Amino acid sequence: MADQKVAAYICQGCGLGDRLDTAALAGVAKKEGKAALVKEHEFLCNADGVKMIRDDIANEGVTHVMIGACSRRAKTEAFGFTDVAVARANLREGVIWTQPDNDESRETTQEMAEDYIRMGCAEAKKMMLPMGNPAAATERRLLVVGGGVSGMTAALEASRAGYQVVLVEKSGQLGGWAGKLHKRTPAKSPFQSPQDTPVAEMAAAIEADANIKVYLNAITSKIQGAPGRFEAEISVESGVTVTEKAGAIVQATGFSLYDANNLPELGYGKSANVVDQAGLETLATAAKGSPIKRPSDGGEVRKVVFVQCAGQRDDSGKHLAYCSGSCCSTSVKQAMYFKDANPDIDTVVIYTDLRMPGNGEDFYRSGQDKGVIFTKGKVSSVEAAGNQCKVNFHDLILNDQTAIANADLVVLATGQVPNSGVDIDSKLKAEIAAAAGDNSLLEAYNASQAEGSVKPVSMLNLNYRQGPDVPQLKYGFTDSHFICFPYETRRTGIYSAGPVRRPMDMAQAMEDATGATMKAIQAIENAGLGRAAHPRSGDLSYPIFRKEGCTQCKRCTVECPFGAIDEDEQRFPVFNESRCRRCGTCMGACPVRVISFENYSVDTVGSQLKAVDVPDEFSEKPRVLILACENDAYPALDMAAMNRNVYSAFVRVIPVRCLGSVNTIWINDALSNGYDGVMMLGCKHGDDYQCHFVKGSELAGIRMSKIGDTLKQMGLEEERVATFEVAITDIERVPQLINDYMAKIQEIGMSPMKGF
Amino acid sequence: MSENYSNSFLREVEERVEEGHWVKMCMQCGVCAGSCPFGPHWAHPPQEIFMMIRAGKREEVLTSDSMWMCTSCYNCVVRCPRKLPITHIMHGLANYAHRLGIAPKGQPTEHFATLFWNNLAETGRVNELKLSLGIYFRDGFSQGIKNAMAMQSVGLGMLKAKRLNPFELFAPHGVKDKSGFHAMLKKAREIEDRRKPIA
Repeated sequence: MADQKVAAYICQGCGLGDRLDTAALAGVAKKEGKAALVKEHEFLCNADGVKMIRDDIANEGVTHVMIGACSRRAKTEAFGFTDVAVARANLREGVIWTQPDNDESRETTQEMAEDYIRMGCAEAKKMMLPMGNPAAATERRLLVVGGGVSGMTAALEASRAGYQVVLVEKSGQLGGWAGKLHKRTPAKSPFQSPQDTPVAEMAAAIEADANIKVYLNAITSKIQGAPGRFEAEISVESGVTVTEKAGAIVQATGFSLYDANNLPELGYGKSANVVDQAGLETLATAAKGSPIKRPSDGGEVRKVVFVQCAGQRDDSGKHLAYCSGSCCSTSVKQAMYFKDANPDIDTVVIYTDLRMPGNGEDFYRSGQDKGVIFTKGKVSSVEAAGNQCKVNFHDLILNDQTAIANADLVVLATGQVPNSGVDIDSKLKAEIAAAAGDNSLLEAYNASQAEGSVKPVSMLNLNYRQGPDVPQLKYGFTDSHFICFPYETRRTGIYSAGPVRRPMDMAQAMEDATGATMKAIQAIENAGLGRAAHPRSGDLSYPIFRKEGCTQCKRCTVECPFGAIDEDEQRFPVFNESRCRRCGTCMGACPVRVISFENYSVDTVGSQLKAVDVPDEFSEKPRVLILACENDAYPALDMAAMNRNVYSAFVRVIPVRCLGSVNTIWINDALSNGYDGVMMLGCKHGDDYQCHFVKGSELAGIRMSKIGDTLKQMGLEEERVATFEVAITDIERVPQLINDYMAKIQEIGMSPMKGF
Repeated sequence: MSENYSNSFLREVEERVEEGHWVKMCMQCGVCAGSCPFGPHWAHPPQEIFMMIRAGKREEVLTSDSMWMCTSCYNCVVRCPRKLPITHIMHGLANYAHRLGIAPKGQPTEHFATLFWNNLAETGRVNELKLSLGIYFRDGFSQGIKNAMAMQSVGLGMLKAKRLNPFELFAPHGVKDKSGFHAMLKKAREIEDRRKPIA
């Protein structure tokens, strides 16, 4: 970078001029930061200040700008220069708003500000302006896998938005589960009676839509590529295989009903009069509007019992542990099949908790009004006796062990099992559980791998390095950030919608599919512009990999939470830029540090932490490095500052894209440069993770758990490196964590590594 | 076992009990049970009574003294998220049980209510002396004397203040048109029986 020219700008607004000696800061930028151009301004983010910077870029050949003002999260529009690399020194939220305004603090506050100026200049010098991928291109076409209500909604919505659609359905017709229903739960006010399903209407709309190409009796036998350039091999039952291109994929592979054969105690398989909810739909459809007959002998049905949570919400570990969220309303609907035809038929719904999402509460009331009897109870067994069944249950309101002896039909609400294909992490999950002392998963895994066992069938058949399907979180549902990014799977450009993502009813599935389609369209467009999708939307940087230094250790390919990295024949990583979310987990993983981003690298952070002025051990001024996740921890710090929550003046904060991007060399560098401790603030991990990059904070936790040996070698206490889980709302807690940690450092004393 | 968990008793309640058509709308949240100041003192809170009706426990419900315990404070009505007129249903059930003649014998509320109604229906005016003596002597002659002695000062005070006329015992006053009043009550009963028949 021969023609690099760094300009440093120091703002005097928002009280910075009153609290800090900005002339001294300018001196630091000039002498130590080696900025070619240093200017102070009384109000940098106003039109005049921004114009000053723009003029310098235009006339002075400035290529790198260091702005010493507010947090990088503030004034992003004013300082959002796209033609130069921009580094920000956080003097407002990071310094004056977190330090008390009094004479005793004056000196340490100024020191803090000077360090941030040094760090900003150091970072700026190591940054490059992300150029984006000039070869970025995209296919404005959506591949939808699954032709149920979710898939059909996705196809129609995408077409309406002007995109081509390829719809692949495994069976011979569109409709999925919804196609097998007699009626659906109401979707329109007043939510009182079952309604016709939208299947016929939607299928006709798809047929008539020139934008939508449908493959029936077909599966995606292979999918390769990345957002913007997926190539799917579609194998039709007849033996024909075609290749279709797509920019993004919506996976709407739906659910299967939990197998009622697992519930012999509830009479399934012992009497023809015990059916699951799908069985009752079949009976209702077959009746064609005439009264539904008793399956065993075609006799008249006078009493129907609905058993909710059959094989669901089970804590014994034998059945589904979760609630499927849709079976209560289905049972109310099915009870109405009888009540609407003949109010004299008794219908009893035995539930433990009635869960009626959406407008289900109105529908429930309508069911009560029609005389459906609801009773809170737990069914223990169903006995077949001739053409009737005896349902034994515990009435939980009356605390009564009782029975309904004369049920003509018993309907079991068995719940949804996602069709999510192969659990690509099952071995890993089993090994982690086994390490924690639970061998059940490992045994199950080994059994599933045994000769002759039925292996799960992949839904997508991705040729990704990490496996053929999208990762699953729990119970087989596809993994997605539940709070912030519900549709995004851990494969960029592939969005799961409907019951494969979480259990849901038809109305929710349609809403889900619409959302997923919108996200898929964003992914298509972002891929065309070479930009990152969420959560770093619009980011043009992507991992650059120096092949000469690579040792083919595979850590990056294995650890990438998004399966973005494949391997070539020689087992070198192959980065798929548009699959990448730019979290930098690969950069954190790389032991030889050959992975970097143009504006975020081992160097940009490393040079910052080395730029800090570390006083000697007799100064009574410790230094603690804080590596804070930019998604939650850094905003929490900013908000703490807005509330003027004071924390120690001896910490220096560097925001990181994700704790997953933290390379252990930074910890080594910090400690060998005389820092007294390193605090890492990241997001919550585990099943209820909040990490924006899903696995980043977890991986950081694993890496840091192994850093103890390094510390011992350096003759340092283990407490000198500490990791904390922080939420964005922790605006009181974060300053407290910092102060507590500083007290601990005080206790164990200053680092012996200073001054080397 | 009679037809349990069927619509039969529920339908009977709907047809014959004041506000009985609301029973099926209870969603078993238990707010009524939790709100009732008499909660611990009766066998079945409203929530349970409603569930018992749905479970077809006819005898248990109608012979229960629970609905007689209601003091009409209306806490449950105010709080019921489903807006059930619970107090009215309780009185409706009590009334229905009474008319069927299967209300619990000797239940104090039932005894007082019957006494009060008969007292009132006789002349069209409440005879307070007769009413209070009726209550005093409920549990036999000697207990009655004891009760009367205990209330002696109140009685004398009322006598002094001319709030109590001892001659009312022999010559009670009443409405002017007594036979017209009785005809009205008879007609009202007829209408009521047509609207909510007993059997």
